[in-house]
Amino acid sequence: MKNDRKRTFLLITIPILALFVCFNTIPLIRGVVYSFTNFRGFGKFDWVGLRNYIDLFSDARVGKSYLFTIKLAVVATIVVNVISIILALGLNSRIRAKGFFRGAYFLPNILGSLIVGYIFNYFFTYILPALADMVGIEALRSSILSSPSKAWIGVMIVCAWQAVAMNTIIYISGLQTVPEDVYEAGGLDGATGWKQFRHLTFPLIIPFFSINMVLCVKNFLMVFDQIMALTKGGPAQSTESISYLIYNNGMSGGQFGFQSANAVVFFIVIVIISVAQMKFTSSKEEQL
Amino acid sequence: MKHTSTVGKTNRLVLVLLILGLSTIAFPLYLTSVIAFKQPSEMTNSISGILSLPKTWSLDNFREAMEVTNFWRSLGNSLLISVLTVGLSILVHSLMGYALGRNKAHSKFYNFVYLFIVSGMFVPFAILMMPLAKQTAELHLANWAGVIILYVVFYMPMNIMLYSGYLVNIPMALEEAAKVDGASTWTTYWKVIFPVMTPMHATVAVITALAVWNDVMTPLIIMAGSGENTLPLAQLNFQSQFGTNYNLAFASYLLSLIPILIFYLVCQKQILNGVTNGAVK
Repeated sequence: MKNDRKRTFLLITIPILALFVCFNTIPLIRGVVYSFTNFRGFGKFDWVGLRNYIDLFSDARVGKSYLFTIKLAVVATIVVNVISIILALGLNSRIRAKGFFRGAYFLPNILGSLIVGYIFNYFFTYILPALADMVGIEALRSSILSSPSKAWIGVMIVCAWQAVAMNTIIYISGLQTVPEDVYEAGGLDGATGWKQFRHLTFPLIIPFFSINMVLCVKNFLMVFDQIMALTKGGPAQSTESISYLIYNNGMSGGQFGFQSANAVVFFIVIVIISVAQMKFTSSKEEQL
Repeated sequence: MKHTSTVGKTNRLVLVLLILGLSTIAFPLYLTSVIAFKQPSEMTNSISGILSLPKTWSLDNFREAMEVTNFWRSLGNSLLISVLTVGLSILVHSLMGYALGRNKAHSKFYNFVYLFIVSGMFVPFAILMMPLAKQTAELHLANWAGVIILYVVFYMPMNIMLYSGYLVNIPMALEEAAKVDGASTWTTYWKVIFPVMTPMHATVAVITALAVWNDVMTPLIIMAGSGENTLPLAQLNFQSQFGTNYNLAFASYLLSLIPILIFYLVCQKQILNGVTNGAVK
């Protein structure tokens, strides 16, 4: 009986683990191996040691892509979380047609980000300048996507438009865990409005806040579809995200080895940020 | 009752704000729909020319877009990949979640395997894509079958975590009762545990389906040479053929959004529940 159980578990685990190793671990190792070569994606290649990594840190284009990606992730995370909390408070208050509103506000999340990107591309290129022209806002008369200093804002808006939907739903489920009598007790002590939110509501939904932070930062750091649909990294490489650069130069630009090194560094960055975030939020949660 | 009247007032204000906020979601969809139905000649340069309702509600753009992008073929591929991935994920990931979840507390080996697979969540696709493009080509898997295998591997960390987390709440007594009746572990799993995990199957199905349906990167990297498209990939690959005919392009975008919109309208409740469970658990 006991043996049957043990054998069954092993027979389940081994093949599935093998599948995982085959299509996750091995490619990961191959990626690391390629990062020490000058492989172009085809033909012969040589070992170059740490050459790619040294070049990586002096490569202006790579540096620029890290700056852009981090700027996008930080700003979009803040924007998304502020809007989501406000929206969740609104959607959690006693209003009519609550179910309809929740469903409608979640809609952007289920749409494919590539298509959403194309739609907003048109909006930024034709609609927004025409509107600005009508109202007379000089700064928006030309498409923001064609300006190296403003294109990232367009990308940020599109990323936020979709991410708000997801984060709001998570905040709503957080708000639903706050018992009604907490507010009643707080009300007696004079906690209303901002005070109530700051000292009662927010501390109680911190676990949901940390889920949203992790979700946001991770998704925005890996941004790809929106770049593909909106700017293709332009203008003047001002919106090249790390993923997009690795895809573009690694897959078709003959930099397979060099971009593998970039990907390895990117992987390490993701791990450090994720671990730091988890450490930080778990220490915050313990304090409560 | 002064208290209740102020509550009523603020809520009416909230309602108005929520309706206004909804325009940020409705506007892009409105824009897409009206442009998709218009003829290029109706698209004057003024804003009213773009945003006004089309003169006739003709389906010509859609017909042409279907032809240009081989719509039914791409839709078929998307459906095939999504349905098979979801089905396989539920079977494979629940089994693995069961094996690991039941053993990781008292076995170092299973605990290691669990942590090993779950830490796969941190691996960005960017580091895997170049080696995987090579590897799938070597294995003759640069096609929809390869894409499905990769999805089953990519979503494994997340789904296994969900399943083994859910198992904690399923008492061992349930399995032991079946064992007394002489059933093997394998039969017990399918007859007792698998059905009990139905709520988790729904969650896994929803989050996996949404992620797979909208994914661009994996099919882009893996299926590029196969001449086949998924729905999002078709939009990307035919972008140049749309040229400046935005009416055709938007008809195509709208077509590719319709299946998921219908799915959302029909299963909105399950989707909202599934997504929340997946994120919060």
